[in-house]
Amino acid sequence: MSDILRNIGLFIGLLLLQVMILNKINFLGYANPMLYMLFILVFPLKKERGLFLVLSFILGLFVDFFLDSGGINASASLLIAYIRLPVLKGLLNKTDVDFAVFKITKLPFLKLLSFIAIMVFVHHLAIFSLEYFSFKAILTILSRTILTSFFTIILIIFSLLLMTNQK
Amino acid sequence: MQRIIGFFLKYKYFLFFIFLQIIAFSLTIKSHSFHRSKFVNSANAISGSIYMKVNAIEEYFYLKTYNEQLLNENVRLKNQLALRLKDSTIWLQDSTKYKRQFSYTAGKIIHNQFRGKFNYLTLNKGKNDGVEPDQAVINSLGIIGITNTVNEKYATVLSILNGNAKINVKLKKSAHFGTMAWDGIDYNTVQIIDLPIQANIQVGDSIITGGKSTIFPDGIPVGIIKDFQKENNEYTSINVKLHNDMSAIGPVFIIKNADKDKILEIEQTIH
Repeated sequence: MSDILRNIGLFIGLLLLQVMILNKINFLGYANPMLYMLFILVFPLKKERGLFLVLSFILGLFVDFFLDSGGINASASLLIAYIRLPVLKGLLNKTDVDFAVFKITKLPFLKLLSFIAIMVFVHHLAIFSLEYFSFKAILTILSRTILTSFFTIILIIFSLLLMTNQK
Repeated sequence: MQRIIGFFLKYKYFLFFIFLQIIAFSLTIKSHSFHRSKFVNSANAISGSIYMKVNAIEEYFYLKTYNEQLLNENVRLKNQLALRLKDSTIWLQDSTKYKRQFSYTAGKIIHNQFRGKFNYLTLNKGKNDGVEPDQAVINSLGIIGITNTVNEKYATVLSILNGNAKINVKLKKSAHFGTMAWDGIDYNTVQIIDLPIQANIQVGDSIITGGKSTIFPDGIPVGIIKDFQKENNEYTSINVKLHNDMSAIGPVFIIKNADKDKILEIEQTIH
């Protein structure tokens, strides 16, 4: 029960943090960290996968509502929600992990970092590609993806540290 | 039959994923190709009220800037008034005979966006205040955008920094018309396309709105020419530096064109 409440709180908290503060940072003129995707990273693996996909989609769609951006964030969030399990399996070199008790914060730091980096990069690349939607803008897309990814990765690591220290 | 059901069961998550992805894509394409995204927009009660709360705090950081803007505008208007009083002996018009074409409403931008390629702003006025789609939004420094989706209390504004925004502009000195667009790179610089080569432009020339559309009145400031390139007897690129700092926008005016319906009506008889 407390697990469900915690996830609801995380969902709403991250959404509000994203639209009220993080979307207004504009670091170096452009980079806004997208911390809301932390929800997709830490959502329990043992939960129903269909529910997870729906929640990720809705979270992204809510962000889209605030940014007038159509379905960009919804699409990117759904994508990383879908590839989360394959990426984890690939990183751990195992076909079957004991996912019932698995937590990504228990991963060794390097694996955790590469997991976060892959997810953030895919998410941001999807967002900027959909936003610019042309091959001519490929340099803009890549530079913005890389710059924003760095920012998001750093914030996600700090947030994970905070979340684990509390317990 | 069992095979088909088996197939669906085996790939149910993948199919579900594809289904949701199709929804997201259609929403995205709708918002890109046609600038009025009907369903997903920030002019709704939830995001509107949240942006109002954030803005209530945020505007304190810009009080000084807004005050200076207001002061400058007052000085300009007072000077115009002084000139007018000196020039004409009879300047009071009979208000029953005089019909104004444009009326102004004050509003406030409660959410500003300038980072992406398709930028929208959120305005704290809606249908209840007489705001309708396709009205001009300006401030004392120049143009800002066009109202887009409108609900009872809030409206979204298609920023001039939006890949879909095409606005008719002209050179102040020679009245040659062109179209303003944005390439999505620098939020203080916009581009002018299809300006005829006969227009002899120089760096520093003023650009104003053309008044050919039913949205913007004639002569609202836009910016000054920053640099341009000429090739094969045509302008290949003209960059215009905006008067407005698009990253800090607060109080605005919404302009209503009372003759809009009549202009559209007469234009329709031609086609």
